[in-house]
Amino acid sequence: MNSNLLVVIAASAIFYGTPLFFAALGGVFTERSGVLNLGVEGMMLIGGVTAAWSSLHVGGSAWFTVLVALCIAMLAGSILASLHAFLCVTLRANQTVAGLSITIFAGAVGLSSYFANIWKAAQDPVTRQVRKLDVLGLADAPILGPLLFNHTILTYLSWVMCAVASWYLFRTKIGLQVRAVGESPQTADAMGISVVKYRYIHTMLGGALAGLGGAFYSLAIVPTWVDGMTKGAGWIAIALVIFGFWRPGLTLLGAYLFGALQSLGTVLKARSFDIPGDVLDALPFVMTIVVLVLVSTRFAHKRIGAPAALGVPYEREER
Amino acid sequence: MRSPVRLERRLTQPRWLNSAIPVFSLMGALVVGAVVLLATGKNPLDVYWRILDRGFLSQRAVTGTLRTATPLAFTGMCAAAAFRLGVINIGGEGQLYIGAVGAALVGLWIGGSAPVGITIIVMVLAGMLFGAMYASIVGVLRSQFNTNEIITSLMMNYVAGIVLNYLIFNSRSYWRDPRSVGFPSGKPLEKRTFWPTYEVFSTSVSFGFLLAIAAAIVLWVVYKRSRLGFEIGIIADSPRAARYVGIRTKWTIVAVTAMSGALAGLGGTSQVGDFAHYLDAKGLQLNNFGYTGIVVAALARLNPLGAILVAVLMGGLTNAGYSLQGPDFPSGLVGTLQGLILFTAVAGEILTKYRLRSNRNAVKAVAV
Repeated sequence: MNSNLLVVIAASAIFYGTPLFFAALGGVFTERSGVLNLGVEGMMLIGGVTAAWSSLHVGGSAWFTVLVALCIAMLAGSILASLHAFLCVTLRANQTVAGLSITIFAGAVGLSSYFANIWKAAQDPVTRQVRKLDVLGLADAPILGPLLFNHTILTYLSWVMCAVASWYLFRTKIGLQVRAVGESPQTADAMGISVVKYRYIHTMLGGALAGLGGAFYSLAIVPTWVDGMTKGAGWIAIALVIFGFWRPGLTLLGAYLFGALQSLGTVLKARSFDIPGDVLDALPFVMTIVVLVLVSTRFAHKRIGAPAALGVPYEREER
Repeated sequence: MRSPVRLERRLTQPRWLNSAIPVFSLMGALVVGAVVLLATGKNPLDVYWRILDRGFLSQRAVTGTLRTATPLAFTGMCAAAAFRLGVINIGGEGQLYIGAVGAALVGLWIGGSAPVGITIIVMVLAGMLFGAMYASIVGVLRSQFNTNEIITSLMMNYVAGIVLNYLIFNSRSYWRDPRSVGFPSGKPLEKRTFWPTYEVFSTSVSFGFLLAIAAAIVLWVVYKRSRLGFEIGIIADSPRAARYVGIRTKWTIVAVTAMSGALAGLGGTSQVGDFAHYLDAKGLQLNNFGYTGIVVAALARLNPLGAILVAVLMGGLTNAGYSLQGPDFPSGLVGTLQGLILFTAVAGEILTKYRLRSNRNAVKAVAV
């Protein structure tokens, strides 16, 4: 029963979709405050390499080590994000190119690879991993077992975070203020909200979540450090924010859809289906383009959910 | 809390900023890079000296530097051409691969029979055409459906990489050498189709590099003297104004994106014609020429002639990285420095729009 193909694909969609969701949820926070972050890929990679290093070098019990590794990954991601915020918010730079500079700086052949080399983070497989749990001993239950009771702690955390994020953005006063900053910073400023502070905090929160997503790659999926191991996941996450109409719940669904596409190759190859591997490899990237086109045509005029001031630097003097 | 300085809008842009900003950006990147190096236990002066030595000073260094600068000049112009219009084409990487596919196809096909001159011309045209076609997908999606070109062009980089792998490693395609059994590789071109190189002051200059200079001059003339260049300027400044005066904005977006892709395609063509002489699926993907091109474009402030100059600079840095790579000079260092250069170049752009003013005088003025 558990080997039912659909169940296997759905379960691995959740597994592979989890880091995508973390990064995309970070993007939702960042973009809701009006900052476009194209540095996600770089932040994920920095999170991945710092987590791999911590997992190899921090002592203590396995749980403690993993916890520290995840915290360090989030810290590293948010430090990188603070650089992005400095460029975009303080220096009012072009947010697109600023984000690109972060990804090139930290990316596959940049700082993350440099750190991996000088720390020798790639030499050994990570022994202290984020493992799948057997919740309530139900992991082997038919169908629901692999879908609900056999995930890593981070997947369960992501479900909690999805709910909390929705509540935070749409049901709290601070969430309303965040959206105000993203929709109309002038109005928010007039209300006495610090645009600069909100944008910094939410950009850094986004960076922390991207770092956590990267850590999922080096501690759970692979689990060892490989240069450029996220292979474009950060960019897919940016697209997911658009597919999810800047809402956490829809973003989670989108992340699992793309998680399914990413895992399809592994799952089908393991069952010796005769489908060319290259076609499966290209599938997530092609589907990203297709879905993006669909979303942008149908909603071209409404742009449902897009913060009005997204990507526009706020200049108080220019009111 | 008041910050000691504030930003004040510039009313005019002095010309000296055009060269001052890149120079200061570069210096800023070296300073920040030195901090990173110090923090990771390296001597920055030593590292910088060795980069300078291996990139520009030591024997035959400039030959290697120009070799690396050639694709970077093309991808730099590719990014600059699109960025000028406000189209963020970061697909130079994939367009370069596809250009190489087109050039290798033609080179293999007619290289054995057609006259050498014709072969080279047709290779150039094919590389441009393939790059332009691949990029125009991005342009059409952007202009017709308003699809975010940043993400589509980036996704297509990954797709292009997979296409390369398929053609050489995972199929028996026309591009693959049927004799390569253990490790698959591309079918080699006839020796007579190799592009010429010229010896200048004991430095080899490839035909591709001269082609890049020619392309930069053509672009510069287009921007300064042609109607298209004028329209690009208007669309970039104000898309709405461009529509009101009847400029065909959608058409221009497709045309410029295709032109941008053609430039990157030329970079791939030069890789086939000048250096590899076969479709080098692995080598093309190893170097990140497309992404480094974005750094080139930003530091050159989107000027095509500047892109040549910056490409030589970045080429020297990359080339030094190749020859120094080892435990003492880990890979990733060059990419880190290039990222920092882009970072400071982006930060430096603020000085074109604003000037820094001390807040102390402002407070005094209020007090009076």
